[in-house]
Amino acid sequence: MTEAATRKTDPSVVIGATGEEWEAVIGLEVHVQLTTKSKAFSASSTAFGAQPNSLTDPLVLGLPGSLPVFNLHALELALRLGVATESKIRARSRFARKHYFYPDQPKGYQISQFDEPLCEAGHVDLLVGTQVKRVKLTRIHLEEDAGKNLHAGPISQVDLNRAGIPLVEVVSEPELATGEEAAEFMRALHRLVRWLDISEADMEKGQLRCDANVSVRRRGEDRLGTRTELKNINSFRFVQNAVENEIARQIQIVDSGGRVERETRLWDAVAGRSATMRTKEEVDDYRYFPDPDLPPLVVDGKLMGAILRTLPELPTSRFRRYQLDHGVSGDDARTLVGERALADYFEAAVKAHPGKDAGRTIANWVLTELLGALHAGGLSIAQSPMPPATLSALVVLVENGTISGKIGKEVFEETYRTGEAPLAIVERRGVQQISDEALLWSVIDRVVGGNTKQAEAYLAGKDTLFGFFVGLVMKETSGRANPVMTSDLLKRRLGR
Amino acid sequence: MTSRPEFWSIADTARRIAAGEITAVRLTEAMLSRIGSIDRELGAFLEIDGDGARLAAREIDRKRTANEPLGPLAGVTIALKDMLVTKGVATTAGSKILAGWIPPYDAHVVEKLRAAGAILVGKVNCDEFGMGSSTERSAFKKTRNPWDPSRVPGGSSGGSSAAVAAGLCTASLGTDTGGSIRQPAAFCGVVGLKPTYGRVSRWGVVAFASSLDQVGPLARSVADTALMLEVIAGFDPRDSTSLDEPVPKYTASLATDVKGLKIGLPREYYEGEIDPDVRAALEATRTALKERGAELVEISLPHTKLALPAYYLVAPAEASSNLARYDGIRFGKRAEADDLLELYRRSRGAGFGPEVKRRIMLGTFALRAGYYDAYYKKAQQIRTLIKRDFDTAFATVDLVLTPTTPTAAFRFNAKATPLEMYLGDVFTLACNLAGLPGISVPCGLTKDNLPIGAQLLGKPLDEATLLRAGAAIEATVGLKERRPTGIGGIA
Repeated sequence: MTEAATRKTDPSVVIGATGEEWEAVIGLEVHVQLTTKSKAFSASSTAFGAQPNSLTDPLVLGLPGSLPVFNLHALELALRLGVATESKIRARSRFARKHYFYPDQPKGYQISQFDEPLCEAGHVDLLVGTQVKRVKLTRIHLEEDAGKNLHAGPISQVDLNRAGIPLVEVVSEPELATGEEAAEFMRALHRLVRWLDISEADMEKGQLRCDANVSVRRRGEDRLGTRTELKNINSFRFVQNAVENEIARQIQIVDSGGRVERETRLWDAVAGRSATMRTKEEVDDYRYFPDPDLPPLVVDGKLMGAILRTLPELPTSRFRRYQLDHGVSGDDARTLVGERALADYFEAAVKAHPGKDAGRTIANWVLTELLGALHAGGLSIAQSPMPPATLSALVVLVENGTISGKIGKEVFEETYRTGEAPLAIVERRGVQQISDEALLWSVIDRVVGGNTKQAEAYLAGKDTLFGFFVGLVMKETSGRANPVMTSDLLKRRLGR
Repeated sequence: MTSRPEFWSIADTARRIAAGEITAVRLTEAMLSRIGSIDRELGAFLEIDGDGARLAAREIDRKRTANEPLGPLAGVTIALKDMLVTKGVATTAGSKILAGWIPPYDAHVVEKLRAAGAILVGKVNCDEFGMGSSTERSAFKKTRNPWDPSRVPGGSSGGSSAAVAAGLCTASLGTDTGGSIRQPAAFCGVVGLKPTYGRVSRWGVVAFASSLDQVGPLARSVADTALMLEVIAGFDPRDSTSLDEPVPKYTASLATDVKGLKIGLPREYYEGEIDPDVRAALEATRTALKERGAELVEISLPHTKLALPAYYLVAPAEASSNLARYDGIRFGKRAEADDLLELYRRSRGAGFGPEVKRRIMLGTFALRAGYYDAYYKKAQQIRTLIKRDFDTAFATVDLVLTPTTPTAAFRFNAKATPLEMYLGDVFTLACNLAGLPGISVPCGLTKDNLPIGAQLLGKPLDEATLLRAGAAIEATVGLKERRPTGIGGIA
C-alpha cells in the first residue's frame, strides 16, 4: 500500500480546505459516581430520584461547624479502578479543597485531590477489531459531586441530593485522535467500572460524565494547539459528535488563518453544535490547598492485598483469551466482555460443555439466540431464565446430530419459555434427527418412486428439482431427516 | 467558699444540688436575674436562653427528686462562646453574616455539656469568627472587662472571660485559634485552657482556621477547668482530626504537688517587650513554683519569632476557605443583585466586618495559584520547625512557663493598627501552631488592679500536668477570693 493511500484511510488525519493535513489531540476527563450507600464525607444516602434536598445533612448543606469524615468504601472502589488500570497507587494521598463560588456548592469549595492524587499513570484498554489499544491515564482522583441547579424562568433552585456523592475523576493523557476513539474510550471505561462493580455508570442519570479537551495541529507537529474544553457531553454518541464537531470547527478556524481561543464550550446535542460557556479571562483560580479537616488518605498493604485478592479477571484478558483459546471472533469477543455477567455466562456454558473447541458455537448461541430472546423480553443476562449448562446441553444435541440446527432453535425457544430440559423436549416431541441410513433410503425410495417424471427431468439437467425432492423427504420425516445425509443419499438415488 | 451561689465552684454547685440544698431552678433563676441586671453594662451575652435554661433546670430537679443519677455538671450554669453551634438557639460567631441563623444541631461539646447536666444560659460575645484579641471586632456589641469597664475583656473569647469573671455563669466554653481562650482568661483573671489539638471534637464549632481551632474551658478555678475538660474531651468519629485516646481523670491529678517537675523558661519569650508588672508577677510565679519543689531551667525555642508570620499565613488562608460558605445564598441577609457574582459581592461585602475581610484577602492572596509554595506551604514548614523546638524542649522539661500576654488588659481602641493587635498574641500563637495544650492561670494583679496570666505549655495530651502546675500557681500567687470590682462586684 502506498503512503498516500494510508493517509487517505487514516481517520485521524483531516484534510483541510486548502489541502493542509491536520490532526486532532483529544484528552478526556471523566467523572464516575461510585456506588456507595452513603456520601463521600457524610452519612446521607446517595439514592437517585429522591425528593429534592431530602438527602442532606449539616455537611452537605455546608452548615457552619460541620466536618467531613471520609467514607472508606469509596476508597476501596477507587482502588479497584486504580489496580484494574495498573495505576501507581499513592500510599499517602491527600484531599484538597478546590474553591469556587456556585450555589450548587454550599461550602464554597469542593473536596477533591490536587497534587497528591490517589492514582497516576494507569491505562484504559480500548478493544478495537481483534486488537487492544492502550490509552494512558494521567491520574485518577477522588472527589465529591456538586448539587444541581435547576432553573425555571427567573427563579433558580438548588437540589443538593447529588452533592457529596463520591466520584472518581479519570483523566486520560491527550492521546486520542478521533471522535470515535473518544467515544470508544468512554465505552471502555463504562465497561470497566461496571465490570468492577464500582459504578452503575448510567449516563442518563449522570453517573458517568465526560468533559473533552480538544486541540488541532498540523500533521506531524509536536507542539499542541490551543485547546478548548467541551462540557455536557453525556452519551457515547454525543462524545463522538461533539468532538468531531469541535475538530471541524477548529480546523475551519486555523485553515482560514484564525486562532482558536482557549475557552470552555457547552455542547448542545439538539442543535448539534457547541457554544462558548466561558473564556480564558474568566478561568478560575481554585486556590487548592490540603483540606485541614481531613488527615492524609493512607493505603496500606493489608488494604491493597484485599483489593488485589478480590479483583476479577479483566475484560482485556478475557477478550484476548476468547479469541485465542476459543476461536471467537474479535467482534463476538468484544460483545461477550461488554458485561461481566455475559462473559461469565459464556464461560459457564463453555465449561459445562463436554467437548473442546465449543466456544465459537456457544458464543453464537449466546449472542444470537439468548441475547435475542432476552432483549425481546427486556431482560438482562443476569435475569436469564436459561442457565448456562442448559444452553450448553442444547448445543451438544445439535453438535452430535440428535437434532438439526433448525429444530435446535425451536427447542431453545421452548426451553427458554418453559424451563423444560432440551433433551426432554426432543424426546417428548420426537424431533430427533433421522440419521439412520436404512430408514432414509426407504423414505427416498418412496419419494423418488412416486415422482418418476420429476426424477427424469432432474437427470436431464433440471437442477432446481433437487430442492423439490429434499422438501418431500423433509415433509415425509416432519423435518427430522438429517439434511446432510438426505442430500447425499438423494444424489446417489437420483444418479446425479 | 463564697456564699453567693453565682460564685460557687462547679463541684460545690453539683454537690449542693445533689444534696438538695438548693434547686437547679432557683440557682438558674438567680443567675438569669444577675445576668439581667449586670449584663447591660458588661455586654457579654448575645443571646440569653432563659426558656432553655429553665427547662434544663426543671429536668435536673425532677431527676434529683426521682433519685435518677445526676451528671457531674448537674445544675451548673454555663455560657457558650457564640462560635459553638446550638440547636434551636441563634448562633452568629459574632458576625452579621450569620445573623438570624438558628442551627438545627448541637456541637459535640454542647451535647456533652447537656448530657452532664449543665444549664446552658446563653451565647456570649466574641470577635467576629474569632478574629481578634479584644472582642472589639464583634459585629454586635462591646463587651467590657469587669475589672475595669474602660478596658477590653480580651478576645476573641471575651464574652466568655467577662461572664465567668463577673459571675454571670459558673464556667464557659471558648475557642482558641491563636490564644483566644488564654488571652481573655488572663485579661479577666480567670483560668483558660486550650487542649491539645484533637483532644476535643470540633464538630459544631464554627470554623476559623481548622488546623489551629480547639475548644476549651474558661472557669474561675483550675479545679473547675479540669472538670470541664473531663466532660468535653474525648474521641468523636464526626471529627477526622479527633484523637482516639482515653480521657484521664483530670480532677484527680490536682491533688499532687509540683515536686520534681522540670519547668522550662524559654529565653526568647522573656527577651521581648514585657510590661514590668507582668514581668514581676512571672518572677513571683517562678519563685513560688520553685518553693513548691519544681526545678526551673532556661531553655531555647529558637524559631519563636517565626510563629507570628507563620500564623498570619496559615490562619487567614484557612479562614478564607472556611468562610467561603457565607455567600448570601444560605446564610445571613442576601443582597439584591442582578446577577450571581454581584449577589456574592454585595452579600459578603455587607455581611463581613473589616477585620474578617482583611484576613479573607490575606488568605486568598496566600493561596493563589503559584504562591502556595511561597506562603502556605512555607508557613506549614515553619510549623514543623516550631513543633521540633518544643519536641527538643520537652525531651528535658515537663512544662514551659511564659507570660500569657506581654501586658494586662488594654483600653478600648488602644490598638491603632491591626499589626499592633496581632503583636499582643506573640506568646500564645506557637501553642496552636504546634498543636500543644496550653493554660493561662491568674498569677497576680498589676498596680492598676488588673489581672495577669501565667501561661503553661505542655506535651501533647499532657493536660494533666498543666492542670497540676496550674493548681500550684493558683494556690500560691493566684487571685484567691479577689474578684473584679469594676462591674458586678460583690463585696
